Amino acid sequence: MDAIILQILNGLDKGSAYALIALGLTLIFGTLGVVNFAHGALFMIGAFCAVTLNKLLSLSYMVEDPTRTDFLGKPLQVATPYVHGWFGEATGEALIDWSVPLAILFSIPVMIAVGFIMERGLIKHFYKRPHADQILVTFGLAIVLQELIKSFYGANPIPTPAPEVFRGSFDFGVMLGFDPNAIIYPYWRMVYFAFSALIIGAVFAFLRFTTFGMVVRAGMADRETVGLLGINIDKRFTIMFGLAAAVAGVAGVMYAPINSPNYHMGMDFLVLSFVVVVVGGMGSLPGAVLAGFMLGILEAFASMNQVKAIIPGIDQIIIYLIAIIIILTRPRGLMGKKGVMEE
Amino acid sequence: MSKSNFTRRGMLKTSALAGAGVALPTIFTASSAAAYMNEPKGGSVTLGFNVPQTGAYADEGADELRAYELAVEHLNGGGDGGMMNTFSSKALQGNGILGKKVEYVTGDTQTKSDAARASAKSMIEKDGAIMITGGSSSGVAVAVQGLCQEAGIIFMAGLTHSNDTTGKDKKANGFRHFFNAYMSAAALAPVLKNRYGADRKAYHLTADYTWGWTQEESIAAATEEMGWETVNKVRTPLAATDFSSYIAPVLNSGADVLVLNHYGGNMVNSLTNAVQFGLREKMVNGKQFEIVVPLYSRLMARGAGENVKGILGSTNWHWSLTDEASQAFVKSFGEKFGFPPSQAAHTCYVQTLLYADACERAGTFNPCGIGEALEGFEFDGLGNGPTLYRAGDHQCFKDVLVVKGKENPTSEFDLLEVVEITPRAQVEYPVDHPMFAGGALGACNAG
Repeated sequence: MDAIILQILNGLDKGSAYALIALGLTLIFGTLGVVNFAHGALFMIGAFCAVTLNKLLSLSYMVEDPTRTDFLGKPLQVATPYVHGWFGEATGEALIDWSVPLAILFSIPVMIAVGFIMERGLIKHFYKRPHADQILVTFGLAIVLQELIKSFYGANPIPTPAPEVFRGSFDFGVMLGFDPNAIIYPYWRMVYFAFSALIIGAVFAFLRFTTFGMVVRAGMADRETVGLLGINIDKRFTIMFGLAAAVAGVAGVMYAPINSPNYHMGMDFLVLSFVVVVVGGMGSLPGAVLAGFMLGILEAFASMNQVKAIIPGIDQIIIYLIAIIIILTRPRGLMGKKGVMEE
Repeated sequence: MSKSNFTRRGMLKTSALAGAGVALPTIFTASSAAAYMNEPKGGSVTLGFNVPQTGAYADEGADELRAYELAVEHLNGGGDGGMMNTFSSKALQGNGILGKKVEYVTGDTQTKSDAARASAKSMIEKDGAIMITGGSSSGVAVAVQGLCQEAGIIFMAGLTHSNDTTGKDKKANGFRHFFNAYMSAAALAPVLKNRYGADRKAYHLTADYTWGWTQEESIAAATEEMGWETVNKVRTPLAATDFSSYIAPVLNSGADVLVLNHYGGNMVNSLTNAVQFGLREKMVNGKQFEIVVPLYSRLMARGAGENVKGILGSTNWHWSLTDEASQAFVKSFGEKFGFPPSQAAHTCYVQTLLYADACERAGTFNPCGIGEALEGFEFDGLGNGPTLYRAGDHQCFKDVLVVKGKENPTSEFDLLEVVEITPRAQVEYPVDHPMFAGGALGACNAG
């Protein structure tokens, strides 16, 4: 029982990342009709926003320490962050320690700007082109973006730790009456799950309860009619692209402490997120979220030793296996609507 | 209608006679015009550096290229000479190799076997490379080694740690200076016993490919021999990025040690995840839970950040070694590039010097002559103490470093500290050891 609870918890944080990326993908597909293979790169850029803010806050001046030497036997240059001098050592250190949560504020304008430039500069020229063209151009864009990041930050993962207070893990086992250490779960992953739920809820509330959201939903259902009512739906869809980029970006920021960001992390998530979108149903926002969490949890279960003992290698194929079953039994996905990508 | 006097049979006879006539002057001379593949003709000789320049190991590849560049500079008489000054063999004079200026071409392995073979083939066929060296993956090293064997080119392996490289996949044209998984385990096991005791239960997470398998087999055998119990061995996909599903069941398994048979991005992520789950703060079976990373790399340790502190592992070499040779190399490299070299850089630099030295001692670029010069070669002054290039499998035998993540690093490069220098005798094994069985060197191929 404890192993099952443990894997559900593991699946929730994986599912959170899948759901957030798939949500953005679906928003873009549902509004603009574009299959955006560069969406994983937006997640990666978000994670590097966290890296960048951490590096900016850690910018240091060198002070020579004559009592110690460096690897060449010269006096050691000790780095002292500027923020220590500006705000005092305690506050400066706290700023660096909290750089990941602070990076959310930093990343939102950056990601909206990146999304706007992507959409206006490149993707809008492919609205009326076949999906294959859209996939090719956005995939190419993803490669360009990841190579740009690599040229600035290198190929190695860059550690971006969570604030000190969120390091370590919580023993759910003791709370639920199991043995100590039976169900442990890192604090930051709990934060990530809560954050994802908040963002998903905020996006749904925005679309459901605001006039802007209502117009966007109407545009997703019947773009032409909304246009005939004199509403500039294209402008609103461009804003939605920026919003989707921001969702992917903040998902990346908060994911940075879970796995050290590297330039290809976007590609790692991209394919899985597309499977999530297809399983959830193309264009269905609730479907994307449902499929994200479902596949995350199933993937966690598939990596259990007991399961792998019965079906070796199942952890590597489970998501695709489920996708095949869903598509065979429900060709439109779990919550897909009739008419989407069926013309 | 004209009638030709030429017949097919006559043509063949004439060609055979002409061929024999042309070949006659060179057949009986040692320096025949085409005695071996890519024999250097002019005043220069070309080496092929095949490293990952793109992909996940690009930073490690960049450090290897820096080392190769430095080695070429030293071989051609530039710079301060680095470890050429401390090398026990004095055959290298700083005038290139056999009087020919050393030039080089580079290839990008992308850490993919097919791409690595293609770039090595291109350097051999188009650029006339006389030797291929490099690599940051055992899969790639084994693939390129096989290609060099077929082509008649010497392969001086870079960073490759799988037992298979000089085990079941060994080749007469291939030589490895870097240590291997067996040696890591043999060096690490006694230190683990001393620090953590003989009554421990180990749980292995292993990257599911050739290097991971041999690393797991080696460390499990070495720790079981000293009394540890192996609770579980779990294979993880090479493409995995989040290891939480694999790490979560560890504490509940009864294990009190987690062995991460991972390298590169796998190591960074699995170690980060293990620390996130608070494994190192737990007490299991009345003992402090411990994590072990059998193969350390400074470049990877940087990626894992503070998570490496106090964690034991092994390396082939470390820049903090105080012997004269290591310090000479660190000085050369550090003054040229501004930071200390990695173990990958060290082994690549050493392999280049060893190849050049073998050419000088053999008096030829012929791969078979070079192979003979390297086989059984004993040397010192290259940073690892007295070293033997064993003839039976072309594996170097030397001291191995047991290291641990440093608690208070002074810079981003100062991440590991040497815990013990394990003497060569402790990591030696017979050529026919079962972990290395299944292959044969075969005959040298000169192309």
